[in-house]
Amino acid sequence: MATNTIDRTAKQLVLTVQDYSLFAHRAVINLFRPPRYWPEFLVQSDIIGFGSASIVLLSGFFTGGVLALQSAATLAAFGATGLTGRFVSLTMIRELGPVLTGIMVSGRNASSMASELGSMVVTEQIDAMRALGVDPMRKLVTPRLFATITMLFFLTIVADAFGILGGGAVTVLMNHQDGTQYFSTAWESLHVPDIVQGLVKPLFSGFIIASIGCFYGMRTSGGTEGVGRSTIQAVVTASVLIIFVDFLVSRVLLALFA
Amino acid sequence: MNDTPAFVQPDPPLPSPAVASSALPGQAPAPAAESSPIVAFRNVSIAFDGPPVLDDVSFSVAPGETRILLGPAGVGKSVLLKLTNGLLQPDRGSIRLFGEEIAKMSEESLFPLRTRVGMVFQESALFDSLTVRDNVAYQLIGENVPDDEIDRRVHQALSFVQLDETFALYPGSLSGGMKRRVAIARAFIRQPELLLYDSPTGGLDPVTSTTIIELVMKERDVFHTPSLLVTHRLQDAFTLCTNRFDSNQGCMVRLPKGQTDPNTTFLMLEEGRLIFDGSLHDLLHTQNEFVREFIE
Repeated sequence: MATNTIDRTAKQLVLTVQDYSLFAHRAVINLFRPPRYWPEFLVQSDIIGFGSASIVLLSGFFTGGVLALQSAATLAAFGATGLTGRFVSLTMIRELGPVLTGIMVSGRNASSMASELGSMVVTEQIDAMRALGVDPMRKLVTPRLFATITMLFFLTIVADAFGILGGGAVTVLMNHQDGTQYFSTAWESLHVPDIVQGLVKPLFSGFIIASIGCFYGMRTSGGTEGVGRSTIQAVVTASVLIIFVDFLVSRVLLALFA
Repeated sequence: MNDTPAFVQPDPPLPSPAVASSALPGQAPAPAAESSPIVAFRNVSIAFDGPPVLDDVSFSVAPGETRILLGPAGVGKSVLLKLTNGLLQPDRGSIRLFGEEIAKMSEESLFPLRTRVGMVFQESALFDSLTVRDNVAYQLIGENVPDDEIDRRVHQALSFVQLDETFALYPGSLSGGMKRRVAIARAFIRQPELLLYDSPTGGLDPVTSTTIIELVMKERDVFHTPSLLVTHRLQDAFTLCTNRFDSNQGCMVRLPKGQTDPNTTFLMLEEGRLIFDGSLHDLLHTQNEFVREFIE
């Protein structure tokens, strides 16, 4: 009985991974073949990019602030409070900026994609689109995928910048340290490999958010309850995958730049 | 009713003309000419994680013919309709649409074929984030037709279903019957070579149902478009069979007693198997227990 359950679950998992791989492959190659839906790309860029700017900006600012707050006490024990800027900027740019932005955008947009496409599936709008001779993969999925990758790249830069700014605000206003020292150590400690690490990760996270959100949305079944289930699965899977892929990318890039 | 057959532009080219006609008042139309079928199912079967939904189904739709698919809920009527334009693929058997085998055709290859088929979904399936204008013109917008041309054709299509005033509204502000009529306008606008109706009157009140059936009849008798109509409402099926659309009066009129439309025939499914294929007369005189029970 238990063996059967494990067998069924394993087969289901393999099938899901296979379906996802084919789905992601189709979404990517569609960009290189006409027709391309540029208006949809711009609309999605607006929704994902500008729509998420405020939450990314605020979460970046306060994360930088809390990093400065927490690190100041520890660094003070070693007489190294002057390194707060270095600590905040490296942590934000290499790790927290990309990961936090990915998770924030995932919570907002993977859920929105899964629920929107899921609703379209259960109300037969996707079938209607196919019946009208329009490929939903090209019209709905590919623009979302490339809009998310593009906008997450820029959102991560915004989060990094506001994180360093938040750390600076805490350093100057609450820890009463020198602002010039903070920003100069923050700037001087950054090197190309750090920036490359920070800017490569959002490309992977963007791909994960959109492909997972659209994948679960497009395979929704079971009416409105199914839409809710797809939304939860999309957010949970995307968030876990973002952290897991972040680990893998960090490992590869650290080895590469060693 | 304002009859405006000119709204349909010959884009793409119209199919070879069907013989069916209702030119003379009071006369039943002539039967469709024998020619290669628009749709042909041969031994089609499909299952979804269980017993077959459709099992060894074979039938065809000739040019100018209207086939009414009857059967209680859950016998596979909507699945059959989705197989017809490749929205689903069968496990076994052959499906030919406009002479092309689509049973194993790729999704990419199916898109051009589907643009030649109009489909009205059970729950209308209008895009709720688009206006009625953009819903009806969905294909035209995708083909980069100029805006003023789109507006003109959408107005004409909406006039055909008597809903011109809904041009700028969103589907959310329409009633169920109005949504169904907009869906019909969307299916008609490019003058398809085949129409598929999935329970077009399901869930509607009798008056609205009659309006919808009159539109289906108008499309049948004015444009002679072959169609496959799924319904479980016998009344709608019989109305289609015993009436014709009179262009002069702008409404449907009853055929003389004893006459039926020879191009409107019936199919019936029971537990995935096709158990009846014939005319209204055959349907009323069949000895099949299930069919008799369904009719009675």
